[in-house]
Amino acid sequence: MSDHLATTDHDDHAGHDPADIDRHVRVYIMVFVALMVLTVITVAVSRLHLSVPAAVSVALLVATVKGGLVACYFMHLISEKKLILAVLALTAAFFVVLLALPSLTHSNGFWIPQAEPAHSDDAHK
Amino acid sequence: MSHPGTVAAGAAHRAHEAHHEELGFWRKYVFSTDHKVIGIQYAVTGLLFLLFGFVLMMLMRWNLAYPGVPLPLIGGLFGEARMPGGTMLPEFYNELGAMHGTIMVFLGVVPLAVGGFGNFVLPLQIGAPDMAFPKINMASYWCLFLGGITMLGSFFVPGGAAQSGWTSYTPLAVIAGSGQTWWLVGMIFLITSSLLGAVNFLTTTIQLRAKGLTFMRLPFFVWAQFVTSFLLLLAFPPLEAAGVMQLMDRVAGTSFFMPSGLVVSGQVLANAGGGNTVLWQHLFWFLAHPEVYVLILPAMGIVAEIIANNTRKPLWGYRSMVYSIVFLGFVSFIVWAHHMFMTGMGTAMAAFFQTTTMIISIPSVVILTALVVSLWGGSIRFNTPMLFAISFLPMFGIGGLTGLPLGLNISDIPLHDTYYVIAHFHYVVAPGTIFALFAGIYYWYPKATGRRMNETLGKVHWFGSLVCMNVVFMPMFLVGLAGVSRRLFDAGSAYDFAQGTMHWNSVSSWGAWIMALFQIPFIFNFFWSIRNGEKAEDNVWQATTIEWSAPSPPPHGNFAVAPQAHRGPYEYSVPGANKDFTPQFEA
Amino acid sequence: MDIPYTVEVRRDTGLNNGKIGIWLFLASEVMLFGALFASYILIRTGSPSWPRGDTVLDYRLATFNTIVLIASSVTMVMAWASLMRRRFGTFRIYMAATVLLGGVFLVVKYFEYSHHLHLGEYPSHSNFFAIYYTLTGLHMLHVLGGMVVNAYFWGPGAKLWNTNPVWFTNRVEHSGLFWHFVDLVWIFLFPTLYLL
Repeated sequence: MSDHLATTDHDDHAGHDPADIDRHVRVYIMVFVALMVLTVITVAVSRLHLSVPAAVSVALLVATVKGGLVACYFMHLISEKKLILAVLALTAAFFVVLLALPSLTHSNGFWIPQAEPAHSDDAHK
Repeated sequence: MSHPGTVAAGAAHRAHEAHHEELGFWRKYVFSTDHKVIGIQYAVTGLLFLLFGFVLMMLMRWNLAYPGVPLPLIGGLFGEARMPGGTMLPEFYNELGAMHGTIMVFLGVVPLAVGGFGNFVLPLQIGAPDMAFPKINMASYWCLFLGGITMLGSFFVPGGAAQSGWTSYTPLAVIAGSGQTWWLVGMIFLITSSLLGAVNFLTTTIQLRAKGLTFMRLPFFVWAQFVTSFLLLLAFPPLEAAGVMQLMDRVAGTSFFMPSGLVVSGQVLANAGGGNTVLWQHLFWFLAHPEVYVLILPAMGIVAEIIANNTRKPLWGYRSMVYSIVFLGFVSFIVWAHHMFMTGMGTAMAAFFQTTTMIISIPSVVILTALVVSLWGGSIRFNTPMLFAISFLPMFGIGGLTGLPLGLNISDIPLHDTYYVIAHFHYVVAPGTIFALFAGIYYWYPKATGRRMNETLGKVHWFGSLVCMNVVFMPMFLVGLAGVSRRLFDAGSAYDFAQGTMHWNSVSSWGAWIMALFQIPFIFNFFWSIRNGEKAEDNVWQATTIEWSAPSPPPHGNFAVAPQAHRGPYEYSVPGANKDFTPQFEA
Repeated sequence: MDIPYTVEVRRDTGLNNGKIGIWLFLASEVMLFGALFASYILIRTGSPSWPRGDTVLDYRLATFNTIVLIASSVTMVMAWASLMRRRFGTFRIYMAATVLLGGVFLVVKYFEYSHHLHLGEYPSHSNFFAIYYTLTGLHMLHVLGGMVVNAYFWGPGAKLWNTNPVWFTNRVEHSGLFWHFVDLVWIFLFPTLYLL
């Protein structure tokens, strides 16, 4: 068991020599700048008072990009192990279910022809 | 001190004694970080709450069998506020009902099945020295303990404990008495406990498997706990959020679940309104449907272990069972709204949820079929664990099959909220899961104590419980098909249509009370065998999985030498082998 | 017997226990905030009128707080990078900055809350304020929790650096993951509540 630990311990730090970390730090600074710019953009767009659907789309798009930057670079997801990505993919799937299905509960299915309310009015006349 | 020839058990025993000197009583038995002690704490807590929940139900059964008749002998103990003159008030009945459900699910079965068996057995089965995060493990138990105390304490607040059912549907729960606030706080503790436990089980299973123990060599019980933990991890947080929101509704006067212009006792409520009552049901069932699988999967895991061991042959279709349980876990997240067909759901969504519900029955049937086929051609040993495990199969079968009409939109509408539903899910959980848990207790008791439980008492316990369970729940199908609502505190004695089934209620009740008598041999056996049971060797059942290579009881750290897995988990009766079991841990 | 893989990584997963543990915990957090966002969507789409966030809340304060929290995320990751470069002094400075920025966030939040409470805008005022207090309150608790853990690693927890620097670096990385997640939640909260 111990010999196998020693090798894995090496593997872990192979990717983190000082030059590597310097490169990481430069990336962090760039991400920081990008996040600041995107924050300014999202606030600026909100000042334009777009229509609600457009405003929601832009705000969520910008937020997703920002969140993606934080997750990928600060949280190192871009170089993370498969296992963790798999757990997160599973979580993301259920997250979407949780977000989408309750809002859809009243759906009768747009593909199913619905009885038109006006029609029944005619029948009464 | 070192003797090269010392047997593993002896060395481990010495290590055990060394630890005994280091840790005082409190650290060793109360605030312990040892997974086995925590497992036993969980199991004992769970068993006590199961008994308590059972007592609540026996009280309810009195009023259902004899509505309005004062409870003899003990009726005066509950005070004039709850049982004036020994006659049960509807408010007290509601209290008992809500707390019976909550306690049985969250404080009885889950702590025993997941906390108890998961903690005690899982690390041993994967050959780990302990859980990955022992301190978090301890925190998880003590969160459960606080949650339990909160729930019990709520009986003593003015107005009594929660009365809005274990589902705590809004807006009823929001306008209910202060017991509901305690319920919510208690639930937040219990949810936190489960989340901490789930993180621990998953990390332990992923990281601490013994060398050679690949995922496809894991015992089925470990798979069951693994999937269960994922369900807990991802399904519980929405209920925690919902609990916080209901707490806000009750304490801060918000209107998350409160519609505008709600009239209570002739007065319009003065809240902002605009909330969504069905939202609570969505968030509740987003947890509570996966929770059903949290209750049943560990049971399936236990039964699989015991059936393989006592038929002396490999599980039939181990791989199909593993794929099924993983698929089951996944689909369990998209079936929840079959509890909500009555909420005015759109036809498309109703169709979606009934389809997924029918789909999820397939993997359950695959697992059950595999377990039944595993019996075929085995040389079966009918010991107590095996008797309970075999009884699980038809009982769970009845529970599962009677669930199909409830999963279909059209047939759910007349059956919804009748005794039929009660009968259905109790068949799954009571003679299903709880029988599996009894089986597990009889099976792993020798590992935990070094002694076996008494077989004769065990068989009396099994036989009485099996008969009584059916006497309790089978009549409920009839009562439910007659259309009697499950919410009536007097079993519908005021309604004409319910008169024809009233006598079945007393049959159920007597079944329940007699079943209580048949638990006495178990309780006696459980305590008596700690000191007086027949001494058990380490591998008392001649089993193949890794937990049986540890000494009984296992010392702190479990194994003197880290075990290795050399083969799959159920290599029984291997042709050409010199004995009828070939353990995973033997080279 | 020690528990394996607390510091070193397991070969087949490539991870240590803490890393898996914190990510699983964050997965559950995603579902927690997911449920609240789902509630927000359902309640907002079901209500006849809903105020634009910037008409009732001060979006400038929130923008400032966004910048503070993003900055604290950068100092957090720099604290970890300093440990990777074996510069303990720099780590201390960055970690202190992280905790302090968290403090600034909370102070701004305090003024924001007290302003609204003075105006009588309690959670019961409307469903907008109900969800506003619940979401930001829960987020604030996470900020507070993260600050406590970070302060511990800045102070007493830092002793581990002398005995087991690799383990200490891992622990800082894991508390950093939590801190970034808190930042990430805010990145979504900010436009949802204050701008839309």
